[in-house]
Amino acid sequence: MKAQFKIVVAALAIIFASVMLPAAAQYNNFQPTKEAVQEDKLLQQLKEGDRLSGRISIPDAKAASLIQPQGQSWRDFHQNKLPTIGGVVLLGMLGALVLFFLVRGRVKIEHGFSGQTITRFASLDRFAHWMTAGCFIILALSGLNVSVGRIIILPLLGPETFAELTHLGKLAHNYLAFPFMAGVALMFLLWVKDNIPNKLDLEWIKQGGGLFSKGKHPLAERFNAGQKVVFWIVMAGGTVMSVSGWFLLFPYMAPDGVTSLQLMTTVHAVLAVGFVAAMLAHAYIGSVGMEGAFDAMGTGEVDLNWAKEHHALWVAEEQAKAAAVPRNSVPAE
Amino acid sequence: MARVKFLCDADRCIECNACVTACKNEHEVPWGINRRRVVTINDGKPGERSVSMACMHCTDAPCAAVCPVSCFYTTADAVVLHSKDLCIGCGYCFYACPFGAPQYPKVGNFGSRGKMDKCTYCAGGPEEDFSTVEFEKYGRNRLAEGKLPLCAEMCSTKSLLAGDGEMIATIYKERVMKRGYGSGAWGWKTAYKETVAI
Repeated sequence: MKAQFKIVVAALAIIFASVMLPAAAQYNNFQPTKEAVQEDKLLQQLKEGDRLSGRISIPDAKAASLIQPQGQSWRDFHQNKLPTIGGVVLLGMLGALVLFFLVRGRVKIEHGFSGQTITRFASLDRFAHWMTAGCFIILALSGLNVSVGRIIILPLLGPETFAELTHLGKLAHNYLAFPFMAGVALMFLLWVKDNIPNKLDLEWIKQGGGLFSKGKHPLAERFNAGQKVVFWIVMAGGTVMSVSGWFLLFPYMAPDGVTSLQLMTTVHAVLAVGFVAAMLAHAYIGSVGMEGAFDAMGTGEVDLNWAKEHHALWVAEEQAKAAAVPRNSVPAE
Repeated sequence: MARVKFLCDADRCIECNACVTACKNEHEVPWGINRRRVVTINDGKPGERSVSMACMHCTDAPCAAVCPVSCFYTTADAVVLHSKDLCIGCGYCFYACPFGAPQYPKVGNFGSRGKMDKCTYCAGGPEEDFSTVEFEKYGRNRLAEGKLPLCAEMCSTKSLLAGDGEMIATIYKERVMKRGYGSGAWGWKTAYKETVAI
């Protein structure tokens, strides 16, 4: 009995030793010197946009990111790249418009004002346009201010007034985003049917829209190719600005935290520069640049001669519609 | 004047989170805001280390560079502070900061960002030293009392060091020489464009 017990103990001892010893040996081999995480190595292993993250015991999971070197690229974008892009594009566009005005002058109505008008934009059309345009101007100015106001306006106003102004700008930017989005959506519904590109547009583009040569007016329907381009710039630009803007409005809902927000601010800012440049050109040709053009969005009534020169097919269509209804007919009561 | 810095000796940090708690308590930091946090790298694996991180008070601070209203300033001790009166809560400093230091109370429009809050190196803010306004906006001004940041002062393993940059670098260097290993002065290269040469 005693011998049997000894054998069992010995067997157990052997099993125990064979299981535990390698584990112990492994433990003894662990060298803190070699195996401690090294900040240098970890940083070198990071790819673009990566962060050095770990585990955290406080409830804010986003705080688990320890070091995000990407912040330095964002700083470079914000401090160097964006002002360069913005300066070149916006000043370039302003310069081009001034040059165009000096060379071409105001595009005149060749046959002069006829005194007769035709309805171009109904009140709902103009409401959609000006709601979007009004918001756009304030969004653009407050956006420009938050990007470069520190260099231009801060020295003029002083830190307190400038901070107050910029804060109001931020509030305006946040709230006016919504009527802007509504305006873009409304314009889409109102005008998309007349903005589908077709064969006429190719001809219009070939002739440069008649912009560069006096007395030449390529045929156009309700919207010519240039206006269609503006329409689609507003639709595409408005959509991307809105989507990226939503991320920035609700920063705590961004899926990847700071990395996606950095991307969204970059997209938002670069696109904004292009958008503002395009709208400068749009505003120029719709006001100073062309005689009779502003009435379309002003009173909604344009001069018949202007309409015939720029939108001959549209005028013909409207007149055909009007002729179909007898002029002196009394509306049914 | 000294150039003060933080240095976390990750080989000593035991992730007790006392620095986090002390900071919250000392400055009465509101819910949802942590000026300091402890992150564990390689959790559960060999070579695991914990690092206590807050604002590193960078040389040529990215937050100050990108702030649209220039609300940041650097004190004579090289502490990076900001004015909550000027801050508009835009979040730019958060995008640029490598250490995730800027925090925002969710009080803005649609529950987004309010005025930014971050580690002050226990040095208060632009308000008058020891005033109630200063305490409410920025927390205790221990530096003006002649004391160092509380997180480092009460660190039980003396892992987190605060004080003159050269002095704490010397202490860290001596430790590494003596024990024969070290995982580096976390964040120094990023914050101060230099590291502790050993």
